[in-house]
Amino acid sequence: MALLDVNHLDVRFALRRGDVQALRDVSFSLERGERLGIVGESGAGKSVAAFSLLNLIAKPGYIAGGSIHFDGRDLTAMSDRALRHIRGHRMSIIFQDPMMTLNPVLSIGEQMVECLKAHRRISTREARAISLRKLEQVQIPSPAARLDQYPHELSGGMRQRVIIAIALLLDPDIIIADEPTTALDVTIQAEIMALLLELCETHHVGLILITHDLGVVSQVSQRMLVMYAGRVIEQGPTREIINDPQHPYTQGLINALPQMATPGSRLNQIPGSMPSLDNLPSGCAFHPRCGFVERADGTTRRACIDLVPGYVTSGNGRVACHMVAEMLERERIPAEEIR
Amino acid sequence: MIAFLIKRLFHALLVMFVISIIAFAIQDNLGDPIQQMVGQSVPESEREALREQLGLNDPFVVQYLRFAGNALQLDFGYSYIFNEPTTEVIARHLPATLELVFATSLLIVLFSVPIGVYSAIRPRAWLSRLFMGVSIIGISIPVFLTAIMLIQLFAIGVSWSPFPADTGWGAWLNDLVSTEGGMPAYGRGRPVPVFGTWATNFASLEGLTYLVLPAISLASIMLPLFIRLIRAEMLEVLQSEYVKFARAKGIPLRRIYFIHALKNTMLPVITMGGVQIGTLVAYTILTETVFQWPGMGLMFLNAIQRSDVPLIITYLMIVGLIFVITNTLVDLIYGLVNPTVKLTGKPA
Repeated sequence: MALLDVNHLDVRFALRRGDVQALRDVSFSLERGERLGIVGESGAGKSVAAFSLLNLIAKPGYIAGGSIHFDGRDLTAMSDRALRHIRGHRMSIIFQDPMMTLNPVLSIGEQMVECLKAHRRISTREARAISLRKLEQVQIPSPAARLDQYPHELSGGMRQRVIIAIALLLDPDIIIADEPTTALDVTIQAEIMALLLELCETHHVGLILITHDLGVVSQVSQRMLVMYAGRVIEQGPTREIINDPQHPYTQGLINALPQMATPGSRLNQIPGSMPSLDNLPSGCAFHPRCGFVERADGTTRRACIDLVPGYVTSGNGRVACHMVAEMLERERIPAEEIR
Repeated sequence: MIAFLIKRLFHALLVMFVISIIAFAIQDNLGDPIQQMVGQSVPESEREALREQLGLNDPFVVQYLRFAGNALQLDFGYSYIFNEPTTEVIARHLPATLELVFATSLLIVLFSVPIGVYSAIRPRAWLSRLFMGVSIIGISIPVFLTAIMLIQLFAIGVSWSPFPADTGWGAWLNDLVSTEGGMPAYGRGRPVPVFGTWATNFASLEGLTYLVLPAISLASIMLPLFIRLIRAEMLEVLQSEYVKFARAKGIPLRRIYFIHALKNTMLPVITMGGVQIGTLVAYTILTETVFQWPGMGLMFLNAIQRSDVPLIITYLMIVGLIFVITNTLVDLIYGLVNPTVKLTGKPA
């Protein structure tokens, strides 16, 4: 069994006008030391997925179904007490905006020491020593002085380094990074990403990287998920998906990269925008924006409009698309006839 | 820090100067003090002579400069009604008011923080809803009405018998809705002298019972205000990213609430509190009148009724001074609690 095994995860938000489904049927797994990328537009459910892994979704959100097995135990069925010992200890998280993540009235040292003390019986002196070592590992300038400084005395890049140091404090098995570089300067983004990657490799820590930057995912992760409107619409080895995307949405995403456009011409884009979760279109949620609802011969693929697509296996990955399913079906029949 | 204090001292002097002008300007518009001082039978010529003798006919600026010069030597003139220096009158009344304000502040701090925090952590619990409902009532009932109701309930006592008294449960319920009374609600009792004009109600149990009802009614508006303020701030802080991050770090909830959230919640509350302590001193006028508490508020009301201008002016100066001092203290405390604030003499 994999270190992390998410099966058919359903997350809903209980609103006054009824439940809104933020995640539906999300399944994936992560091996020890593996790096997984989750991509998608804003609102696709990436962050909800990250938070639900630690069972940290804020009310009115709740896990409505499915399971999250971590190291053999189901996190969705765990007591708050037991969960607390997993959070920050076995699985830690890095937030998007380092300016908001640290408590402004507590010193860096306090915020690191409390984390160690929450999970280990340890003296303040020892905890400070470990904290200092971690600050050195994230290559922050003059680490010893930082312990007694407050967040406002540090730049955004330095704060994100501190947060990475906190995430690494207890040598977790998995780090979930929710767009860890989005709020940073472009020049610092690459530095922080390289640091995170290096630390995960040297400490053999699994990484779940949530981003909308396909470039980063292709460099960092071994496997990736593409999310659309709360569903995983394609997943598989990163290299395969980047080189040969199956789902029309993934194709659109890759096609929209600036380097895919002819210099001087307009950038490619997917027409339309993502539907809101409380008003999903029928059938495949992507069908109003999809160029493949009509077949090449001009007939309409009714299933796209009427039926929610199931998963089909394609290569080493899984795709939720009627068009791909149809193509695979067509390929299989002649192969059987030959036999 | 020293530079900060010097700067604040300069500010304080400026504020006191402005207050002194305003306070002094009142005297021309507050009736004729001569009328209050002498009897009906005194002829107009004698009145005019007295007016001349007291300098009440001089131009405003001359009168103000004379007043300011004396004030710098802590001489604010003679109270017409007490016939002694106003500073001595104030010194006699100040301790009673300060003790009442202190007791009230203590009540507010002791109750507003736990109740505010609880109702932010459990916003949907019935107890939170009860606190919120009662606090609205507290805010909307005027202080003097609260005071009178408290006196009726706990000083005089009420005996209601809406239930049949001849049955066991009826008698029990009647006892439940009736109150015994007996709490002191007039004056300070016999406060224990400490030194000079200062006698304290805090030194004996009997003294403390005299404080209970006045302090509760003085707190009746400010306490709900602070409960609601703390609740609102805390609710906002609990939504913040750093609280979410603390939870993701696996920090125990108790520490998240009382270290991570409460410290940030208290920053704006401290600022508000500083301003409100000054306001409390002003609110004592109503409470002290209802309970005949021999403090500055009651004294001030008497001074107004009898046009005792020097006493009124001195009172305004003292209250202004209390405002200035508490605000400076609060800024100092704020600087100690909030690491993003550095106390310097430089303009921000």
